[in-house]
Amino acid sequence: MTVAELSDLFVWSAATALTIALVAYSIELARITEAAQAVRHARQPVAVGAVAPVPAVPEAPASVGAAVERSRRAAGIARSTLVLATGLLLVAIVLRGVAAGRSPTANMYEFTILGTFCALVALIVVQRRHPIAFVGVLVTGISLLAVVVALNTLHVRADAVQPALQNYWLVIHVGVAIIATGISTVGFATTVLQLLKDARVEGRSRLERPWQRADGLRKAFVGARVTGPAFAWLDQVPEARRLEASAFRQHAVAFVLWTLTLVGGAIWAEEAWGRYWGWDPKETGTFVAWVVYAAYLHARTTRGWAGRRAAYLVFVAYTVVLLNFTVVNLFINGKHSYSGL
Amino acid sequence: MSGDTTPGAVGTGYRPDGLDDAFTDGGEQPPTGERGSDAQLPALGLVGWLRWAWRQLTSMRVALLLLVLLAVAAVPGTMFPQRPQDPAAVAAYLTEHASTGPWLDRLGFFDVYASVWFSAVYLLLFVSLVGCIVPRARVHAAALRGRPPRTPRRFARFPAQGGGTSADAPRAVAERAAAVLGRRRLGLPAFRVDVHDEGAGTWSVSAERGYLRETGNLLFHLALLGLLVAMATGQMLHYRGQAIVVQGTGFANVQASYDTFERGAAFDAADLVPFTMRLDDFEARFDEETLQSRDFTAHVTVTEPGAEPEERTIKVNHPTVAGGAKVYLQGNGYAPELTVRDAAGEVAFSGAVPFLPQDEVYTSRGVVKVPDVSGDQQQVGLVGFLLPTAVEPADGLWRSVRPEAADPLLVLSVWKGNLGLDTGVPQNVYRLDESRMEQVVDGSGDVVTLYVRPGETVELPDGLGTLTFDSLPRFVALDLRHDPSLAWVLTFAVLAILGLMASLFAPRRRLWLRAAPARTPDEGPGGAVTVVTAAGLARGDDVGLQPELDRVLEDVLGARPGTTGPETPQEGRT
Repeated sequence: MTVAELSDLFVWSAATALTIALVAYSIELARITEAAQAVRHARQPVAVGAVAPVPAVPEAPASVGAAVERSRRAAGIARSTLVLATGLLLVAIVLRGVAAGRSPTANMYEFTILGTFCALVALIVVQRRHPIAFVGVLVTGISLLAVVVALNTLHVRADAVQPALQNYWLVIHVGVAIIATGISTVGFATTVLQLLKDARVEGRSRLERPWQRADGLRKAFVGARVTGPAFAWLDQVPEARRLEASAFRQHAVAFVLWTLTLVGGAIWAEEAWGRYWGWDPKETGTFVAWVVYAAYLHARTTRGWAGRRAAYLVFVAYTVVLLNFTVVNLFINGKHSYSGL
Repeated sequence: MSGDTTPGAVGTGYRPDGLDDAFTDGGEQPPTGERGSDAQLPALGLVGWLRWAWRQLTSMRVALLLLVLLAVAAVPGTMFPQRPQDPAAVAAYLTEHASTGPWLDRLGFFDVYASVWFSAVYLLLFVSLVGCIVPRARVHAAALRGRPPRTPRRFARFPAQGGGTSADAPRAVAERAAAVLGRRRLGLPAFRVDVHDEGAGTWSVSAERGYLRETGNLLFHLALLGLLVAMATGQMLHYRGQAIVVQGTGFANVQASYDTFERGAAFDAADLVPFTMRLDDFEARFDEETLQSRDFTAHVTVTEPGAEPEERTIKVNHPTVAGGAKVYLQGNGYAPELTVRDAAGEVAFSGAVPFLPQDEVYTSRGVVKVPDVSGDQQQVGLVGFLLPTAVEPADGLWRSVRPEAADPLLVLSVWKGNLGLDTGVPQNVYRLDESRMEQVVDGSGDVVTLYVRPGETVELPDGLGTLTFDSLPRFVALDLRHDPSLAWVLTFAVLAILGLMASLFAPRRRLWLRAAPARTPDEGPGGAVTVVTAAGLARGDDVGLQPELDRVLEDVLGARPGTTGPETPQEGRT
């Protein structure tokens, strides 16, 4: 077995560990939901009064306790498999670099694997401060998808690179872009959570108001409304203001890293392509994402935009980041076409 | 945008309209409702309207709108082919989309980043930025000379609070607090501190830190402005040219030597430094299996005016500098050395003809134009391919299998007639103008194809003469570029990064501490005579605010301050 094959094997192992982490996070999320609902059911009879409390009261706390216990076990499994997956990915990345004889940042496959690694590290760091199952589900879900797509469709042979990539900037420029993508991913997940929490607290759900044309459709999805029991776990989540502050800090770091990506890329382009800026599709895509993140940072401090409206800009910016990585790499011809596909 | 201020709305000092900032509001809730939305002023006049337009342009909402617009306006450049990058793709698009193409062209969609609308967005954005930054810089300059704001009467509304008791007198506590807060970190005072005597034995301290945050913010925005100016200056002063240099020949830095040449309005082509460069050798290395390129090295001899010839190498990613211009290795290929003799046996053409590579095995396309034939013989044009390592997988079908010249073969078809070189219209050297030429066919009407290997001489059909394939030197495509603004562009980019980091990560905090005499002095050893209360405010959400306040209290009151403030919310683990 070659070193490159060993590296691929480690990535597959990481994907397996990620699957377990995803399932464990989902179970934890479900248990928290269940517990939150059970607490509510347990409270209701008491609130109604002493008319018929006898059968309900002793039963409910027991089920709450069991759910919390199982949730704690699931959380432990999720945390340990998450660390395991991150460690496996790190080994895979190092082996890949050894096999290719260069830094493992040259093509889409390596970018995806390393970017996933960064997102998982960011997740571990964030989970130490705010252990939120939902962020875990979202980030491990995206990461698992990314790793499997990388293995199945983006995979290329570990090999040396063409002259244009033979530069130490390959490590700096691409490395910084990868870390920025990872942190943007966790920031995105935090922002989604912020909006869900905000919507639940405010009681804002479009599924509760009748739709003129397609009320049947609305009724089909009414079980998924954010104010309903399916999202009861949101009650355990820190308040929206704190999530917003956390998302802002993540995005502030990501924005600085995107700025470094742009500037580092310009310095490299000056050496390799004879111009520091040439509106290459990739350059434009990163510029657009940078501008939208800048708009988000400004919107945060603009009266009437802080909070929910600013968060929508995060969605736009993260979409641009994803499109810039997928569509621009694979379907648009430019100077950054290094995917090897 | 909804809820805009009406003309003539009164602003609050320097801040851009709509900026939500609890820090400068002193922690108070922003006034609810839009300011002045009901205050209709009777008449504005021209100055009033201009002032209103200026206020709108420099408002936070419009800046936000312009940022989003800039992002949207940049997108079409990735959807449509762009003239500066790929003029051929634009031409192809225009032929494919005969109805929409010209309209898109008129609207600037094929040169988005030089279009009126894109320029308008970013210029307005920069005007808005200036309108926002200049007054802020003035206020910040005043703030740098100013003192921390006086201690507020009540601390209840501030996000960070703390307190304790001390056995020392209020004045001694206040002075110790001032000393603690005024400690230097990295040679700079952490806080700017004022001590106030509030009367009745009560002393207070107000302290402020983080002037760097606003400084960084201003620096970032001004650096962006500098970046724009530097880039525009570079555009004025630059030149860029492409030249093809064949192995064993030289290049002299005059405009006529370039295949393409463009320059900024402020650059005079007479200012080109007349250096010469000779391509001595060219090395290329390819992967054995994937045929991907692994290394390109051009060995050149550069002679700068008044200097000795100097041997240098140019590689991809490693340009050399000659005559104030960077010289980049951008392409390479083969330039077969050919000799054409006409029917009379005279040499009608002799030289190396660059064939442009079309794929990774260097299947290269080229044109040989032979205008100088003797007598009234028809002019000759040869069109075809060079195959560096030729194989014949099927009868009469040739292709190249490797990029190295292991077994080169020229495959050419022959045209005769008028090349059209005397019409005065500039011609593409890589394309044959076939309008007044005809392709040579054999007796049965089939197109005549010549197959020539190095060292071979073949007869041209129809008695047009002979063609000799002498040798196969390589050529390099060089990009020469001079841009004196590069150092400035880099400087402003680095300043922008530094400013950005300071503006996002330098904490801006105000701390207040009040030491008042205790109403009922405690009995016992070290009985407290002073009650200390403290509060803190930060710009934005600042997780480090309460810890810093606690640290200061700890240093002022001794190892264990009796914190009486509200508990810091702690997130427990589930």
